[in-house]
This record gives sequence, C-alpha cells and structure tokens, in this order.
Amino acid sequence: MNFKLEKRNDCQVLTIQEERIDAHNSADLKAELLQLVEQGDEPIIVQLEQVRFIDSSGLGALLSGHKQALAKSGKLLLVNIQQPVLSMFEITRLNRVFEIYTTINEAFAAQS
Amino acid sequence: MSPAIIQVDVIIPTQTRYLDLIGSIGEHIAKEVDSYAGDREALAYHLNLVLTEATANAIKHAHDKEAKDTVRICIHIEEKQLTIKVYDHGQGFDLEAVAKPDFDHPKENGMGLFFIKTLMDSVTYTQQADGNVLEIIKYL
Repeated sequence: MNFKLEKRNDCQVLTIQEERIDAHNSADLKAELLQLVEQGDEPIIVQLEQVRFIDSSGLGALLSGHKQALAKSGKLLLVNIQQPVLSMFEITRLNRVFEIYTTINEAFAAQS
Repeated sequence: MSPAIIQVDVIIPTQTRYLDLIGSIGEHIAKEVDSYAGDREALAYHLNLVLTEATANAIKHAHDKEAKDTVRICIHIEEKQLTIKVYDHGQGFDLEAVAKPDFDHPKENGMGLFFIKTLMDSVTYTQQADGNVLEIIKYL
C-alpha cells in the first residue's frame, strides 16, 4: 500500500495514496496503524481523500487501528472521506464509532 | 427489440491481487444496465463491493493456496434481474450461521457477508461435491 506519513500539529498524519482499499492491501494498512499506535501517543489522523473504494477488510483495518489506539488512551481520527466511502461507514454504523471530520483543519482544531 | 442479455464469465487464481479486476467489471456492468431506474453510481459501487467481498471470501476459503486453485465468477443480466455466481472449491461455510454484526460492539471481521445481504435481494450458498456456489441476485 502507498501512503505518506508526516507529523503536523502534534499529530501523526497518514495520507492513503490508493484509490482502493480491499483485502489485497488492507493488511498493510492494519500493520502500519498498529506500528503508529505503538510508536507514540499522538493522535493519528488518517486522510482518505484519494480513496474512492473501501471494502469490509479496509473498514476492519481502520477499526483495528481505532481499537488499538483507544487501548493505549490514544485516538485515531478519519478525515476527507468521499461520500460513497462514507456510505459504507453508515451502513455498518461505523460512523458512530469513529471520529470523522470533513477537513484536516477541523480535526486539528478539535485536538486543541 | 428484446432487452439485451449480458453474461460475463471470469476465472481467476485464488489471489487477492485480482479483486480490483473483478470489482471493476462490476462497476462497468452497472453502466450497461439500461433499465435500472435507481442511482446508477450507487449501483456501480455496490456491484464492485459485492463482487469484491464474494471473491475475497472464496479466496479466503480456498482449499489450498496453490496457484492452480481458481475461483470462477459468473455475472448474468437478463431483463430485470442480475445474478452473480461465485464458485469455489474450498471447505465451504454455513451462510445462515454467519451472525449479523453487533453495531454496538463492532468486530473487524464478518462485515463482508453483511454487505452482500444488505445491498442485494437474495443470497444463497450451496455446497456440492464438486464445489460450492454463492448465488447473489439483485432485481433491477
């Protein structure tokens, strides 16, 4: 899986550089999120702007990261989700589980 | 003029790298369904998703991970009905035993079949001596 990792405003920002998250690359995402959670206690922000398709394994990878972060009293936020992808969170009610922001600046503002 | 019949038959190795190909076929087919009155963009995503989930499931349950093992996917559209059949040679599973997700305590697994059941109109899984078939129907 291609992604970009940067530190901004005391947050770890993971930008997914894939149009598609499915069972072929979701294990990579899960492993990367686990590593980020273990590395530090800063909030993790996952930018999904480029993602136009996600399947159940992709949602599972994000959920895994969310649970791991919570277990360490950290947090994982999702930003810039395209509407068709957001629909998948709504069908599974995961939009009630994740902290989701329209833009990254809103996510930053919520941390301050 | 009678409505067009479309049939697509694909055989792939049991490898997840082919999920994108299968899903893309679903997206393209959604654009060919002239009679569909609903949201065509949503149908395109849903067919992509359902084909991806069903194929990933077949790959996961494949008997062995040898390259010679394959999954066959058959998509048939006729008049007001779209039928997807996914054939696998794995040990099979009990469709009825797959629990609905617990929305208050979500788990990482088990959402795939939930998507298929939720987005499509009929789902059956039949185990036979020469292989299993997951049959999915969507009324258009």
